Amino acid sequence: MNYTNLFRIAIRALIRNKLRAFLTMLGIIIGVASVIAMLAIGEGSKQKIRGQISSMGTNMVMVMPNMQRRGGVSLGSSSSMVLKYSDVQSLRNEATALSAVSPEVMASGQVIYSNQNTQTTIYGVSEEYLEIKKLEVLSGRFFNTNEIKDMSKVCILGQTVVTNLFGAGADPVGLSIRIKNLPFLIIGVLKDKGESGMGQDQDDLILAPYTTVQRRLAAIDYINGIFASAVSEEKSPTAIAEVEEILRRTHKLKESAENDFRVMSQTELLKTVTSITDIMTYLLGAIAGISLLVGGIGIMNIMFVSVTERTREIGLRMSIGGRGKDIMKQFLAESIILSILGGIMGVLFGYLLARLAGSLMTSHAIVKTQSVVLAFIVCFIIGVFFGWYPARKAANLNPIDALRYE
Amino acid sequence: MNNSIIEIKSLRKDYHVGEVTVHALRGVDLKIHEGEFVAIMGASGSGKSTMLNILGCLDKPTYGDYLLDGVNVNTMNNDALARFRNKKLGFVFQSYNLLARTTALENVELPLFYNPNVRSRERKESALRALEAVGLSDRMHHMPNQLSGGQQQRVAIARSLVNDPVLILADEPTGNLDTRTSFEIMELFQDLNDKGRTIVYVTHETDIARFATRNVTFRDGKIQRESNVSERLDAREILKTMPVEAIEEFD
Repeated sequence: MNYTNLFRIAIRALIRNKLRAFLTMLGIIIGVASVIAMLAIGEGSKQKIRGQISSMGTNMVMVMPNMQRRGGVSLGSSSSMVLKYSDVQSLRNEATALSAVSPEVMASGQVIYSNQNTQTTIYGVSEEYLEIKKLEVLSGRFFNTNEIKDMSKVCILGQTVVTNLFGAGADPVGLSIRIKNLPFLIIGVLKDKGESGMGQDQDDLILAPYTTVQRRLAAIDYINGIFASAVSEEKSPTAIAEVEEILRRTHKLKESAENDFRVMSQTELLKTVTSITDIMTYLLGAIAGISLLVGGIGIMNIMFVSVTERTREIGLRMSIGGRGKDIMKQFLAESIILSILGGIMGVLFGYLLARLAGSLMTSHAIVKTQSVVLAFIVCFIIGVFFGWYPARKAANLNPIDALRYE
Repeated sequence: MNNSIIEIKSLRKDYHVGEVTVHALRGVDLKIHEGEFVAIMGASGSGKSTMLNILGCLDKPTYGDYLLDGVNVNTMNNDALARFRNKKLGFVFQSYNLLARTTALENVELPLFYNPNVRSRERKESALRALEAVGLSDRMHHMPNQLSGGQQQRVAIARSLVNDPVLILADEPTGNLDTRTSFEIMELFQDLNDKGRTIVYVTHETDIARFATRNVTFRDGKIQRESNVSERLDAREILKTMPVEAIEEFD
């Protein structure tokens, strides 16, 4: 029996029992649809988080002071004062894998405009900060080198601060606000950036020259951190190694001493978060896979019923020349067709489900080609695996007994 | 006419039921020639069904030889037997055994699906010819449940013809039919026999057996009597004399 004939016979047998064929497929349809939808939702949220992290900055490399311990007591990372502006200078001069370096000095406090006030963080940075953090000036301008050198009392506001002090959509450039009782001139407003991947408001900030924040607001001689950009994503690991090497040297650390600073890169952060979402995705997919397995067992169940019910048909087919293997192939073909057809419908249904879930969760659900291909392979295997035993039962029937079966 | 289609020599068939051995056939010798129309008779338990299973290559004898169309069946394995049945034999059953929800044409095509040498167009043409031969070409798209019993048996006969077999085996072909329809089926068999088909059928009705050219009666696993039918009935003539009842028609 050639395969076209086999296919025709199987299709005809299925068409004779349309409703039952559909109900059998339903298990596979639901199974495949849930796997596809779950993987799509997982992939969607992964890409969303990825997007948020990469919007935090351009191939960012962050240097923070390491938590120091004295007598076993942690002093907290902000308590350490190991990072100096000179470190920024060394990195600028020596690191080849870094394209931009900016110090970061933090101060938090009350900000007042006429009768409005708000609590926010003031970041003291240099001009490179804009590029490193992917920030854009919406109106006005950023401060320049002279203003850094002069410790000018100028500042740039984030959108949340603008909203809190002046109302949404206002343009306060040229006005003056008081930060910790010092008057600052607003020279620019940042474009809004939204929430970060961790749910942080990235617009609740004020930027000012680091010299101004260091001396006038925080009154310290160290800096809280260094933000830099690696020249490319691939160069991130090189950049980290360079930073470590340079800072260990400038900090005059002994061979045996631990780093008194921590270097992290955006790429690393991305990897960590991605691996977490991957685990989530596989977990969801595995749970959905169980329903696919149940669907497969459903196919086996129905194929068994079908073999028993069609015993006389099998007897007839054998008497007119069907060999055991022909009968076996027919029933296998039926179960494979059922599971593959179920797979196709399941993929379509799963795609719709993913779109629906995506629109409800405000993140896109992304159906990857791999998961579709995987679904089909799994369906084929299910068809063969769960069709095998019933098909063998059919093939081993004795034609004489089968013909007499009532 | 002297070409023998079936040659059986001292054939025995034993069944083992638990520890008891049942001797279903106890030494049968039988020869059937090409173009013969043979009725096998006998009470139930006489061995005629076992004989038919062996004739149909569905079962193998315990001892003895069975040559069908010159080939010894004993030496073949199950797959070879299936191929052999597909090429050499046509089956007609008491309960028709048509596939439900399948058109007459598709039912008739079925044996050719198991012959890899038959192409799809050939298959359809052969099936149409077979349906024409049984006078049902106008019913080819009907499902079995849209056909009367007689029509269903005709479809089954068409199915047994479609592979152009050397032998048609019928197991109580009129068992489920009323008298008139039975005669119509026998008329069809006589027609086919006149055209040279070799037909063997099993029946327990003596009047149905009289349409054949030869009767073989089984008893206790042996041939009790073998005789040529002296006053052979002609189904066409009888049907002419029968009152025409309201013929059931399904459309």
